[in-house]
Amino acid sequence: MIVAGKGGVGKTTVTAVIARAASRDGRRVLVVELDGKPTLDELLRNDVDSDSDSEVESEGESDGDGADPPGGTLEVVHISAADALDEYLRDHGFQRIAKRLNKTGVIDMVGTAAPGIDDVVVLGKIRQYEQSGDYDVIVVDGPAAGHAITFLTSATGLANAVRSGPVRTQSDGVIELLTDVERCQVVLVTLPETTPVNEVIETAFALEDDVGIQLGPIVVNAVDDGAALPDVAAQDAALRGMTGVDGDVLRAAASFRRARRAMESNEIGRLANEMPLAQLHLPARLVAGLTSADIDLMADVLAESVTASVTASEADRG
Amino acid sequence: MADLGAVIDNSSVIVCCGSGGVGKTTTAAVLGLEAARLGRRAVVVTIDPARRLADALGLVDGLAAEPQRIELDSRAGDAPNGELWAMMLDTAATFDGLVTRHASDPDQIERILTNPLYRNMAGAMSGTQEYMAAETLHTLHGDERFDLVIVDTPPSRNALDFLEAPGVLARFLDHRAFKLLMLPTKGGLRVLGVAAQPILKAIGRVVGSDVLADAVAFFQAFAGMESGFRDRADEVVALIRAPETSFVIVASPRHDTITEAVWFAEQLVDQQVDISAAIINRTQPAFGEGTAVDARGAAEAATGELAALWHNVADLRTLREAEHDVISPLGDAVGHDRVALLPLLDSDVHDLDGLYTIADHLFGRS
Repeated sequence: MIVAGKGGVGKTTVTAVIARAASRDGRRVLVVELDGKPTLDELLRNDVDSDSDSEVESEGESDGDGADPPGGTLEVVHISAADALDEYLRDHGFQRIAKRLNKTGVIDMVGTAAPGIDDVVVLGKIRQYEQSGDYDVIVVDGPAAGHAITFLTSATGLANAVRSGPVRTQSDGVIELLTDVERCQVVLVTLPETTPVNEVIETAFALEDDVGIQLGPIVVNAVDDGAALPDVAAQDAALRGMTGVDGDVLRAAASFRRARRAMESNEIGRLANEMPLAQLHLPARLVAGLTSADIDLMADVLAESVTASVTASEADRG
Repeated sequence: MADLGAVIDNSSVIVCCGSGGVGKTTTAAVLGLEAARLGRRAVVVTIDPARRLADALGLVDGLAAEPQRIELDSRAGDAPNGELWAMMLDTAATFDGLVTRHASDPDQIERILTNPLYRNMAGAMSGTQEYMAAETLHTLHGDERFDLVIVDTPPSRNALDFLEAPGVLARFLDHRAFKLLMLPTKGGLRVLGVAAQPILKAIGRVVGSDVLADAVAFFQAFAGMESGFRDRADEVVALIRAPETSFVIVASPRHDTITEAVWFAEQLVDQQVDISAAIINRTQPAFGEGTAVDARGAAEAATGELAALWHNVADLRTLREAEHDVISPLGDAVGHDRVALLPLLDSDVHDLDGLYTIADHLFGRS
């Protein structure tokens, strides 16, 4: 499962939430970070250190795996392109000269001569984890910024450019993994705002058309799910007779929040219209700095909405 | 609040940097709009093909790879000479132009432009986009039509990419491995270095012999152009580092983007590059004077609708207070007097009015 989306939409948070939810559901989870900051370790610390006490009640059948025992595991691994490429060369009989290749900068050149090779090697490494059978779910915190498409199309591009050799074999294996619906899903993350919604729609079409990747549900992050506000009439009634600036403050704050919420639900509706994919909503947290406890809370929300959407789609089918 | 008017007055180049998704493009456009108001002839170069910005600027056909003049109305102020232009970076076309300028004859141009390795490099090599942004900046700086160039940099994890990218091709052509590749053509019968044979073989085995053949052809085609590229890169870097060039960091009030902005700032400071301002987009607006705790207290003392309204104020203030804590490390890094906050608006920017609204906030007119 690869989590992708533009910078600033909360990919890392969503990665952590999915990983947490899956491990509490009894899965053996591996989280893969790519060339990033070590934020995931921090966000998932509780899970990584302690046993999860599986508070999630799986109402009904969650998916095809049947009843999982509680106490899933969660590991975090960091994959860097340079290390993966180096390892790849060593594993393919170049150990004797790998060091010299590194020293003369040939590794840089290989990266340029066959663009995308570093991405493919990283994906190949992920595939290796997948094949090891040690994990039930691998959640990848996708590359930063707009590189998600480049990253995921790298194998196709490389396969077109290189006609033989170990690199070709590697690309083919990666393409096979990416396009296998049973093995790989891309979860796109967005925010309930105009630009992120436009971008996620573009990305979704590009991934389906260019790579043939199966898209999982779209996660809409930071949705304002706070308590309902009184409507304007009720507000006016409540504020009647109030003197001083307080009335103005209350009015301004309420109308600001109403406008933001209206915009959010507009964008969520537009996304649903243009992308016929399931949506999962994660609540906006009032605190800008996330803690492990917030991840826990959102994992609850995610588990609930997954259960709800699975139930809904079963109802559709049956 | 940072004095951005002074930044505009004192610069002939403004580089907007920051991670993706923080509103760099919009910020660059707003700075351009204000510059025109102040009587400058400003051109904004954007990397982001966002349709929305083109719409906001009233460009029906979208942004082009050539600067286009933006129609401004009376709100742009009455400075007689103020102009705003906008264009979008075309990485591949800029690279082709660079090759054309440095090549010695049409045949060499043709050989380079059709080489598959060159095409990969022009389109996909990391650093190419930054390199071409810097190159475009240099060209526009020398263009008589403009006296201020505002460039929106590619979203990058590394602030130094932009400073280092211009040297990327020169370094590439200088590379030891490439020199080895070039040897066979130089002297004809010249014997390759000891290391060369296994390296060539290894590369061939890893990437395939066709890729290797493209690479050899590539370096042969570029023969003789290294010093031209190097000199040009030196000029571009000198401009980026000149005192007339200002760096503005753009961020959003989230923990991760602030962490990256601080990291950018530290890298630039290490390189003795001064940061003129840090603009934090989309911050929570203030509602009243009190704190979240005050509002929560008022909510608990009230009932019904009034309580709900106070809880709302408390929520919004809680967010704002939390944001202040998140932002403060960036103030520590660039100087708190250089931080400018832009409030989250209750709608998205989709026309010139939206850009003017932001400009009014940023330049203290609202």
